[in-house]
Amino acid sequence: MNERPQAAKRGNVRPILWRGIRGRNLPVISKLAGQRNVALGRRTVLGLGAALTGSLALGAESAHSETSEMSPPADAPWSQSLGAGVVDRPYGTPAEFEAGVIRRNVPWLTAGTESSISFSPLQSLNGIITPNGLFFERYHAGRPDVDPAQHRLMIHGMVERPLLLTMQDIMRFPSVSRIHFIECPANGGMEWRSAQLNSLQFNHGMISCAEWTGVKLSTLLEEVGLKKEAKWAMVEGADGAHMNRSLPLEKCLDDCLIVYAQNGEALRPEQGYPLRLVVPGWEGNVSIKWLRRIKLGDKPWYSREETSKYTDLMPDGTSRGFTWLIDAKSVITFPCPEKPVSGPGLYEIRGLAWTGNGKVKRVDVSVDGGVNWQTAQLHEPVLSKALTRFTLPWRWDGKPALLESRVIDETGYVQPTIAQLRQQRGTNSVYHNNSIQTWQVKADGSVFDVQLG
Amino acid sequence: MFNWAEHRLLWGAIALFMTTASAAAAEPGHFGYGTTPTAAQIAGWDIDVRGDDGVGLPAGKGSVSQGESVFADQCAACHGTFGEGEGRFPKLAGGNGTLKDDRPEPTVGSYWPFAPTLFDYINRAMPMPTPHTLSSDDVYALTAYILNLNNIVPNDFVADRESLPKIKMPNHDSFVWTDPRPDTAAKPCMSACIDPGAVKITATAEGNGLTPKTTGPLDTMQPK
Repeated sequence: MNERPQAAKRGNVRPILWRGIRGRNLPVISKLAGQRNVALGRRTVLGLGAALTGSLALGAESAHSETSEMSPPADAPWSQSLGAGVVDRPYGTPAEFEAGVIRRNVPWLTAGTESSISFSPLQSLNGIITPNGLFFERYHAGRPDVDPAQHRLMIHGMVERPLLLTMQDIMRFPSVSRIHFIECPANGGMEWRSAQLNSLQFNHGMISCAEWTGVKLSTLLEEVGLKKEAKWAMVEGADGAHMNRSLPLEKCLDDCLIVYAQNGEALRPEQGYPLRLVVPGWEGNVSIKWLRRIKLGDKPWYSREETSKYTDLMPDGTSRGFTWLIDAKSVITFPCPEKPVSGPGLYEIRGLAWTGNGKVKRVDVSVDGGVNWQTAQLHEPVLSKALTRFTLPWRWDGKPALLESRVIDETGYVQPTIAQLRQQRGTNSVYHNNSIQTWQVKADGSVFDVQLG
Repeated sequence: MFNWAEHRLLWGAIALFMTTASAAAAEPGHFGYGTTPTAAQIAGWDIDVRGDDGVGLPAGKGSVSQGESVFADQCAACHGTFGEGEGRFPKLAGGNGTLKDDRPEPTVGSYWPFAPTLFDYINRAMPMPTPHTLSSDDVYALTAYILNLNNIVPNDFVADRESLPKIKMPNHDSFVWTDPRPDTAAKPCMSACIDPGAVKITATAEGNGLTPKTTGPLDTMQPK
């Protein structure tokens, strides 16, 4: 929330969004509240505002009857008054009715919020690009607020010509823009053992996708000149964790980007301002944020974040390390627990698919728990290592249903069920759960996170 | 129109041109932006220690007993006096032999494959509120103390750039450093893929009270 400047500059951030629902900003609600009961006090107005915002975020239907005075044949107050002028909001913010569309965390998951995760509200997003303020967060030592004038990128180690670059220097290099997802490999990690979180946001929201602009890592490595012994790169952040990972040189030279822009504007502090690495298709933690150093060497570093963490414990007690690839995965984003269906009729099942292997080739959807499947429509653009949208029309007969989606990527890899994954990896591997999500639709239209045997 | 020979000649010329162009771009210093970092600049940031052989370990040393007192001051509040972990903060010791259990306890002793990684991590990331502020001697001492808590080194152990790389961690041989995926081979069956009678819900998140609210203000899940 603190990237919404209007709220932030007033100081105490958290309550502002909700207090902001009263008064001239929302004449509808004030007026409505007044009309329902002239004796309503400010507190009641507030409560109603929150309730309304919630229901609007959920799908608006239930709110329509409440606002009939604003609907045809009436002319709404906003149609009979002068709106706010330009630069009323010099940096644009979402409509206040969308105040519930925010990153959220699971408080019991981590010791504090500084080494923790927040989840993108996929249930409220449409399209393949994640708005910058809603991109999921993962910190290992909190979010540093880096001064770009003081920030440096050092490239050294097994190179011909060590280099120290300012942000201005980096921005002079030939630039490229690419659309790629970033996913934390722990996305879905709470579901290895059982269905735990009844939510699209919390089960799948550790993925986001943006257009990244910067310089190819290969350009910088050519500029410093690699010694022939160089086989690995250690990439390190300027955060308190001095977060570091090892990357094989082939990947560095293939498609890695050093970026300073995200969806057309400077990176957000949450995403590594002023400079981050993007390693397309690989687990998010290797895309080091607040990037300050790249060191070339002949072996991997075996840092804490690639030995103690981000390794996958198997049922036989062995562990897999350097499991960088994000396997193909898909999820239905409507319907979902946050967005139930409201009575029988025609719906469009919507979802997202992605793969670290390249492009999504096909997505199939089942409404009967995987007995029968239909191929969904993929929507352009279908980009390599980017989110891809799919849809399928569905006439719901009002009977209980089990919705699933299954992606096949361009290598022919087929998204597995949780049972198939458990058969290989047990339930303690934490990371890389790319299994098929099952949503149970009950006769009343409510939707639940379930697992099938 | 070109005949075939001319065609090949043309493409050959284009290929030659592209090779030349990209070779020029690949020359180190082609752009010439930035500066060469001084030895002092590199030394200030060159903190990495390699896990498997300890390359990068600095001068200095620290004993188990020194580590015990640094740990009490700097670490125990979160990790507990004996590395048992307070609240949800990581447990640093114990858990040996639990990795195949239903609830494994991965700790430095039961899980970490390399001892120098411990020095590297404490040095770069700890203590959490004031990372990278301890002296090398203190980091060595903490490394010695935590290894001793895990019964990996004796009470009189002194950690330094010579001793740490020689330690073989108990779980060292359990890591596979090449990715065996894809490890599933699902088939994209389209119809009558499974017996409809066999479709059973084995787990549901409904009503288990673990899910924060996804509407309204952030849900702290604190009891009112």
